Amino acid sequence: MTEKILRKLGLILLLLAAAQPVHAALTIEITQGIEGAIPIAVVPMGWRGAGSIAPENISAIVAADLNRSGRFESLPDSDLVAHPTEGTQVQFQNWRMVNVDNLVIGRIEEKAGQQYNVQFQLFDVFRGNQLTGYSFTVGRGELRRLAHHISDLIYEKLTGERGAFNTQIAYITTSGSTANKTYTLLVADSDGYNPQTILTSQEPLMSPAWSPDGGRLAYVSFESKTAQIFVQELSTGTRRKLVSFKGINGAPAWSPDGRSLALTLSRDGNPEIYTIDLKNNSLKRLTSNAAIDTEPVWTPDGRSIIFTSDRGGSPQLYRIPAGGGQARRITYEGNYNAGADISPDGRKIAMVQGAGGAYRIAVMDLGSGNTRVLTDGRLDESPSFSPNGSMIIYATDVGNRGVLAAVSVDGRFKQRLSLQAGNVREPVWSPFGR
Amino acid sequence: MKCNISRLIAAGLILVLAGCSSKGGPQGDVAVEDRSADGENGAVTSGAYGSGDFSSYSLNDPNSPLARRVIYFDYDSSEISSSDQDLLMQHSGYLVANPVQRITLEGHTDERGSREYNIALGDRRAQAVERVMELNGVLPEQISVVSYGEEKPAAEGHSEAVWRLNRRVEIVYQGQ
Repeated sequence: MTEKILRKLGLILLLLAAAQPVHAALTIEITQGIEGAIPIAVVPMGWRGAGSIAPENISAIVAADLNRSGRFESLPDSDLVAHPTEGTQVQFQNWRMVNVDNLVIGRIEEKAGQQYNVQFQLFDVFRGNQLTGYSFTVGRGELRRLAHHISDLIYEKLTGERGAFNTQIAYITTSGSTANKTYTLLVADSDGYNPQTILTSQEPLMSPAWSPDGGRLAYVSFESKTAQIFVQELSTGTRRKLVSFKGINGAPAWSPDGRSLALTLSRDGNPEIYTIDLKNNSLKRLTSNAAIDTEPVWTPDGRSIIFTSDRGGSPQLYRIPAGGGQARRITYEGNYNAGADISPDGRKIAMVQGAGGAYRIAVMDLGSGNTRVLTDGRLDESPSFSPNGSMIIYATDVGNRGVLAAVSVDGRFKQRLSLQAGNVREPVWSPFGR
Repeated sequence: MKCNISRLIAAGLILVLAGCSSKGGPQGDVAVEDRSADGENGAVTSGAYGSGDFSSYSLNDPNSPLARRVIYFDYDSSEISSSDQDLLMQHSGYLVANPVQRITLEGHTDERGSREYNIALGDRRAQAVERVMELNGVLPEQISVVSYGEEKPAAEGHSEAVWRLNRRVEIVYQGQ
């Protein structure tokens, strides 16, 4: 079943990625490592086919993925004591000597019709046995995605958690001078590769939001010199203007069933939260007061919406039933809490918390209300959970450039993702299955 | 001669009182107080909105008060200072005299905090300016409002000196 899905995705990817150079748009730098990372050896895969090397360095992609999660530390290639590509070649005592807990080996073989057979095996070095192994056959354009899928399988086997390597991020870049900026909305693999331009504009683009099935992006565009919300189909590039009322049209947020969007409209005088049904465009207004109400996000059970309001005097987070009703305040620490994202299990909120002149990402447990600040920048914003809930990607500023950063939900692991040129902001992590 | 007229306009402070029925037709319905301080010729205007007072030429005159088109704000505030209220009266006077002239009020914020909240804050600032101008007799159809939040800064940088320049509403005259 996995192979069929990968084949279908591969076709789509080929169409989209055909013209893209294969290099990282975002370079990733680990800024705070984790103690207790699992030491692992990922041996370069054997290659049987035309040319001296395989079209993709699958083991390098896997090692980079595992390192990037913060849960693993892979042995540098120069420290590899042997290069087995088959199970029979593995001598476990060699690997015990270099203190790795696990070993990954594999081989790629070119088949007829630009197909590749990829096999990998994961071993427990101390017990000396195989934990898992798979064989796949995919087309050339699907090899990177397969590598990420292999990382997911290894990650899940060794941590018990679902991996999020086979995912993407949407983000916005700006370049050019203050008076003459270009805004671009892009989607890249979550390791920074294969950036695809979704839209470019000379007017601001904001607030990208993935549909739950990962097939569409909603976003705000000022291309007509006023805010409008569009929904764009990623596989075809076709888009539809969803709303264009007088005033603010902003902060689109998909319902978990993909059938509605919550959004901010000021058509009735000041910014309020509305929901819109995507089938018939019918609007329902949820809030009704003179304060700012904006930045809605749905809880995963689809029953509530969490949003930012300054009805109490300064921005705080509130919760309201998705069908409307009484709003209840949920943040009580400090006088600036805004820009919420909710974890996939619905238990935690990440938000922008302002205190002492700095804006940082904080995570609050919804049950207990306990809040912890995870970042230490001065202008951190736009937090977004990975679909497995283990990492938060966000935007920050380093050396006067907008960059992206990621932090593990427990705050122990940090990394930075920078563009080669220009500024990056507003990262949003895709759902699973992209 | 042009010089004199512009000095006249610059020196003359025309205060338009927006009476109860002022929104519809301005001719003869509204009392006009002519306060010409420091006018070189003791400036006098004739009629409520004398056609020579706010000619479109003055929009392009760098010495005219209408040349100043930006209102600034304190952090997290949409309060308009009293000197800016005076400036808005100037612009309102021009717009009342030229009811086909339209403007866009663009609301902006500095970069701090979350983006969509800043869109709402920029909107609040622009609406505050709109309210003052409508109270001064400008017709609602003459004004459109857009908020760019922090997305279109006037200056780049991360200091209060820069942030202060970005917390603003810009008055953009259409068709000029």
